Amino acid sequence: MNIILKIIRYQIHDISRSKWLVFYTLFFFLITYGLTSFSNDQSKVILSLLNVSLIIIPLVSIIFGTVYLYNNKDFIVLILSQPIKRSVLYLGLYLGLVIPLSFSFVIGTLVPLIILGNKIPVQFTLLIFLFAAGLSQTIIFVSISFLIATWNENRILGLGLSIFTWLVFSVLYDGLLLLIINVFQSYPLEKALIGFSIFNPVDLARIIVILKLDVAALMGYTGAVFQKFFNTNLGIIISIMCLIGWTVVPLIIGKRKFSKKDF
Amino acid sequence: MITIDNLNKWFGAFEVLKGISAEIQKGSITYLVGPNASGKTTLIKSILGLVKPTRGTIILDGEKLNGNFSYRKKIGYMPQTASFPENLTVEEIINMIKDFRETSTTYDEELIDKFSLHKEFKKRLKNLSGGTRQKVNACIAFLFNPEIMILDEPTAGLDPVSSSILKDKILSEHKNGKTIIFTSHFLSELEELAEQVIFLLEGQIRFNGTKDKLINSTDKHNLERAIASIMIEG
Repeated sequence: MNIILKIIRYQIHDISRSKWLVFYTLFFFLITYGLTSFSNDQSKVILSLLNVSLIIIPLVSIIFGTVYLYNNKDFIVLILSQPIKRSVLYLGLYLGLVIPLSFSFVIGTLVPLIILGNKIPVQFTLLIFLFAAGLSQTIIFVSISFLIATWNENRILGLGLSIFTWLVFSVLYDGLLLLIINVFQSYPLEKALIGFSIFNPVDLARIIVILKLDVAALMGYTGAVFQKFFNTNLGIIISIMCLIGWTVVPLIIGKRKFSKKDF
Repeated sequence: MITIDNLNKWFGAFEVLKGISAEIQKGSITYLVGPNASGKTTLIKSILGLVKPTRGTIILDGEKLNGNFSYRKKIGYMPQTASFPENLTVEEIINMIKDFRETSTTYDEELIDKFSLHKEFKKRLKNLSGGTRQKVNACIAFLFNPEIMILDEPTAGLDPVSSSILKDKILSEHKNGKTIIFTSHFLSELEELAEQVIFLLEGQIRFNGTKDKLINSTDKHNLERAIASIMIEG
C-alpha cells in the first residue's frame, strides 16, 4: 500500500510538469470562461460544458494513457527490476495518471466559474453532476487505454485502437442507434434504447446529467421513458454499476495481462 | 547462488532460449557472451522476473522464482538502455528508487561522486545526454549494495574515462564478494573482468567454464580469437 502511494506521488510530480497537462487545464479554463461570459443561464453553460467534456475527456484520457505507457516502457522495466509487485505498479501508474487528469479538469472548470461567480449564481448540484460525469469518463477511458497499451506491443496499432475506441463510443455508437431508430421506427423501441445507452459510458454520463437539467421534456416520449427509468432507485443503481463496470473490468483484465507480460 | 534448470522461452513461434542449464556461484564474476539475438538479454530478464519462462526453473539462493518479487532486493540491475520519466530530475529519480527500496539504509554513493553527478542533480532527465543517463543508470544499480549485480552492456555509450571508472567499480565490488553477471560486445572487457564465461549461441549454451578453459579448448592463443572461432564453428 505504501509503495503504491509512492508511485502515485512521483508520477504526479512527472505528469504535472508536462506541457500537455497545462494545455488541458487551459482548454477547460478558456471554454468555461467563454461560455460563462456569453450566457446568463448556468444550466445552458453547464449543458454546453457537458457536451464539450464528453467529447474531449474520453479522447484525451485514452490517448494520454496509451502514449504514457508506451513512452515509459523502459522506465517500467527499471521499476520492475526493483522489489515491487507488478499489480501494485500497474495500479500506481493508473491512479498516478487519473488523479492529475481529473484535477486538471476540475480546476480548469471551477476557477472561471468562481471568478465570474458574481455575475450568475452557481448551481452546485448541477456542477457536481458535471464533475461526476467528467471524472467518470477520465477513470473509464484511462482504464481502457491501459488495457490497450498493455495488450499491444505495437504502439502504432495501440494508438490506432485507442482512437478507434473513442470514435466508436463518441460518434459511431450514436449513429448506429439513430439508424436503428430510423429503420424500426414503427416499433416501440424505448426500452431497448435504455439497454443500448447503458452499454456506452459516454451516453450513460450524458443521459444522467441531461435528466438532472430538467430538459428531458424536450426529448419527447423517449425522454419520459428515460426519466422514469433513471429516476428510480433501480435505474440509478444500474447506471452506477455500469460505470463502475466500465472502469473495473478493463482495469482487472489489464492488470492480469500486465502481470503475465514479458518485458 | 543462481541455478538455472532447463530454461525454455518462446516468443510466439520463435524459440529464444532452448533448454539453458547453468549454475552461477556466489561471488563469481560471469561474462555472458554471444552474437546479437543469441538470448543474452532474455536470460538476464528471466532471472529478474521480467520475462516469464515457458518451461524450466530458476532458483536463487534456494528460492524458486515464480512471479515473487521480494528476492529482487538482492539484485542490482543496469539495463541496456536507460530511460526515465522525462520531467523528473536526477535527484528525484534517485530518491524515488531509494524510496522503493526502503529496506536499505546505507547507500553506496561512490559512483555518484566519481561521475560527479551531483552537479547534474537539478537537471530534468529529458535534458541529459545519453551517456549521462547511462551514468545515472549505473549509479542506481550500485546504490543499494546488492549481493547480485546484473549489468547488461554496462559500458556501452560511456566515454573511456567513465568506462574505466565503472570497470574499476565492478572489480572492487567483485573483491567485496558480490556475484556479478554482465554482457558486453567488447571482448577487451572479458579479458579484464571475467573469470567465468557463458557463451550463448542461438539460445543454447555453447561453452560454460573459466576463461582459461575457453582459451585451451580451442587452439587459439587469446580470448578474442577463441570466441571468434566458436562463433564461426556455430
